[in-house]
Amino acid sequence: MAIRARLKDLATLDDKFVSGHGLCPGCGIPLMLRMVLRATEHPIVAVNATGCLEVCSSGFPYTAWKIPWMHSAFENAGATAAGIEAAYKALKRRGKLPGGDKKIKIVAFGGDGGTYDIGLQSLSGAMERGHDIVYICYDNQSYANTGGQRSGATPYGASATTSPAGKKIPGKLQWRKNLTEIMAAHGIYAAQASVSHWKDLFMKAQKAIEIDGPAFINVLIPCPTEWKTKPEDGVQLAKIAVDSKVWPLYEVENGKYKINYYPKKEVDVVEWLKPQGRFAHMFRPGNEWMIEEYRKRVNEEWERLVRLTKL
Amino acid sequence: MAERRILNGNAAIAEAIRQINPDVVAAYPITPSTAIVEYIAKFVADGLMTTEFVTPESEHSAMSMCIGSSAAGARVFTATASQGLALMFEMLYIASSLRLPIVAGIANRALSAPINIHGDHSDTMGARDSGWIQIYSENSQEAYDNVIQAFRIGEHRDVSTPVMVGMDGFILSHAVQDMLVEEDDKVKAFVRERNPLYSILDVDNPITVGPIDFTDYYFEHKRSQFVGMENAPEVILEVAEEFKKEFGREYGFFELYKMDDAEVAIVLLGSTAGTAKEVVDELREKGRKVGLVKIRVYRPFPAKELADVLSNLKAVAALDRAASPGAVGGPLFTDLRASLYEYEKRPIIVDYIYGLGGRDIAPKHIAEVYERLEKIAATGERGELIGYINLRE
Repeated sequence: MAIRARLKDLATLDDKFVSGHGLCPGCGIPLMLRMVLRATEHPIVAVNATGCLEVCSSGFPYTAWKIPWMHSAFENAGATAAGIEAAYKALKRRGKLPGGDKKIKIVAFGGDGGTYDIGLQSLSGAMERGHDIVYICYDNQSYANTGGQRSGATPYGASATTSPAGKKIPGKLQWRKNLTEIMAAHGIYAAQASVSHWKDLFMKAQKAIEIDGPAFINVLIPCPTEWKTKPEDGVQLAKIAVDSKVWPLYEVENGKYKINYYPKKEVDVVEWLKPQGRFAHMFRPGNEWMIEEYRKRVNEEWERLVRLTKL
Repeated sequence: MAERRILNGNAAIAEAIRQINPDVVAAYPITPSTAIVEYIAKFVADGLMTTEFVTPESEHSAMSMCIGSSAAGARVFTATASQGLALMFEMLYIASSLRLPIVAGIANRALSAPINIHGDHSDTMGARDSGWIQIYSENSQEAYDNVIQAFRIGEHRDVSTPVMVGMDGFILSHAVQDMLVEEDDKVKAFVRERNPLYSILDVDNPITVGPIDFTDYYFEHKRSQFVGMENAPEVILEVAEEFKKEFGREYGFFELYKMDDAEVAIVLLGSTAGTAKEVVDELREKGRKVGLVKIRVYRPFPAKELADVLSNLKAVAALDRAASPGAVGGPLFTDLRASLYEYEKRPIIVDYIYGLGGRDIAPKHIAEVYERLEKIAATGERGELIGYINLRE
């Protein structure tokens, strides 16, 4: 029986990822994890790409994981998970699963650096081959683990340590890679979620895990350290990202696009940009065009997404 | 009854894998090892194997998959060569340091650039510090026998270390040879079942695999990894002994050919041993005291055992089918010379780099090396430390 998406029910379930980890105050990763790991009754084997979560949860001789967890390298969480899944199928078929036959779900976690950039190939391969795995990208929009370098997920305009806002170049001038759609193009279940909308995230995780085959969820994760914001503002900012259409909540299932949340009132992108230190230079005199450009592109992307839902 | 077959090296290795029927095979095509993967794919498609056969999108992912599968407790095989092994480089270290047994069949091939598909040992020699056990083969029979033994060696709990089995690209991978294929049941019985200590799929006993170490634990973990390699020699000999009992063919760390009263010797690995044996036979007929040492196990390097054999000789040549630019010589040479350092009485030793990119090595080239060794033995004068065979200057 599926677990009900009710906070008072979820609160009674055991934590599979526990305190003692070293993630930053205000980091959204543990919020995401606690939702995802509660979304199934089946045992989960977690796979982790190198990154914030891996480094902060596994410092030997301690571990924050009460479930089997494996990390091997940065760019290969998709392939490592696929390897475990292949072994699971073989051992199950041959009656050699440790502790007897049971249903086990394999869930991989990677940051945006490990997913959009260096790990995209192994992720794409694993999804194309149809392994029964769930891949969750915790997208905090930069290489946060190595100190905030730009990634393919870093937003237009943001100042990152390898795309700094300087006297000549005002931060990152390229738009984000649209990873969720790239994953949807594999013909799999692909969804975009945010830690600010826990129920939506929970339902998507539940769906992704229950699917017999590959699934992908891209979760917006506030990162106070690299976004240069107050730790306590993280979830609120993630909510603003959704309401300002910067980070639409949608899913693609059987090729059909569906927007899961239509913002009820207009929220301008300035509300998203202004509180974040990484966008501060966009508010300097002479840089108004950047905000204009940002707003224009966000609206275009949203309209395109709405059109996709009508196909 | 064992069956006499005409097989090339790729088919021989694939045949061993069909018989062993591992839990998982994850491999990517690359010349000259592609056919191993194709044969296995066909065996699976025809229902002759029940292996979970996966075709990842790169060698890096192939090795990553092998690592995930092996951590789950599965018996795992892959095959690759050259650029493929080079692309796996990062994951080779992770496989060995996580103490995950994996068997890799390698059709040794040159590394780019210039791109070249032919045989030399640059690929596996580049991985000699990766913590993998390395076994080299002279012919199809040895490639087959070595792969069968590799599972037993790597999966032994005292070893728990991945093993690569090399055979020279094209020279062995594509050349058919007369060989024995043992009975399926006998091979299956010989390799037994893998009996892992841990499994990432053991959800009732969760483990954390691949955590981060800081300065306080990393060194100890690396040191404990080396224990697997240190335990390997004993297990390699045990497995060889059992193999001999079961199948009759004898294996050790190396093979000695007409070494009993030899005064000079060539040391090498791989298919060139076949050519060298012919030359030794010819020279022996003329009364010359020449011998050959063919190394089978290169990692762990049988330093003491080799030095015991070589220390009483007058002159020795290492034949390296790989270069190590900027080093004192090729990889085999530096290992060999270091092994002899402990002995007060030791031969003069020289190095030859040969056969890069599949360059031919003929009996006359080997005869020339023996001639030079005899001259060194007679005069005590070494001359050039490093030479090149069959190279246009």
